[in-house]
Amino acid sequence: MTELLEDTHHTPAEPKTIEKVSIVISKGSLEGIYPGLIMANGARMEGIEADVFFTFFGLDAIRKDRSAKIKVATVGNPGMHLPTLLGAIPGFSALATKMMQRQMEKLDIPPIPEFVELIADSGAGLYACKATVDMFGLTMDDFVPQVSDIITVGDFYERAAGAQIIFT
Amino acid sequence: MTMTLIADAPVDVDAEGFLTDPGQWNEQIAEAIAEGNGVPELTDRHWLVVRFMRERYLATGTAPTIRSLGKESGVPVKELYQLFPKGPAKLAAKIGGIPKPKGCI
Repeated sequence: MTELLEDTHHTPAEPKTIEKVSIVISKGSLEGIYPGLIMANGARMEGIEADVFFTFFGLDAIRKDRSAKIKVATVGNPGMHLPTLLGAIPGFSALATKMMQRQMEKLDIPPIPEFVELIADSGAGLYACKATVDMFGLTMDDFVPQVSDIITVGDFYERAAGAQIIFT
Repeated sequence: MTMTLIADAPVDVDAEGFLTDPGQWNEQIAEAIAEGNGVPELTDRHWLVVRFMRERYLATGTAPTIRSLGKESGVPVKELYQLFPKGPAKLAAKIGGIPKPKGCI
């Protein structure tokens, strides 16, 4: 009994550093995609292993026909501090996107297609979510060549063993 | 900031071992830091990156991002990560005797 009680005081040693991250990107807006990409790139820059799993509209970031056309959400985005009706004016989202892109270029943050390539070149794995791919009727041909594979959520968890999972 | 001896030279370093005064740097120091950080030998390609980082920092006051490192140093991103597996920008800065890069990119 004493032994048992003593055992409850035993806590396993926490690892001092993060060795691996598995990042999920689930949104298809500019502000939905960039944080995950910045975190993936930042992990690799620190020598941390990284996988990125694109699901639902997050897949737009790796779709050949869409990755260069990602826009800021100007409607339904309280962070814009704009009346919704103003954000809905045709061309407004494109304008806000252009302004944000200009600002990012100043900070040397690459456009999404180049960023995806940079992250792949850094050794991170890029994966598309099978459930979404099937739902949207897509194939590997729809994705940029940096995408390693289309995987199930089970495969994702298997690959994420020992990693911190970050959902964006 | 603490004073330490690297390759028999007294240098000021921060808590992570980055030189705080780039003027105290020399090539022997670079080799010693590299060896202690998982890069046993500095090849010409390593030197290309290290010198680029250092020159850019001395000229502009900030270390280049991984993006400009890949575009302008003459060494592509894939190779940068092969040369410096534990993070090219950070490690090349450390070896080059400049402060740790502060940017997120």
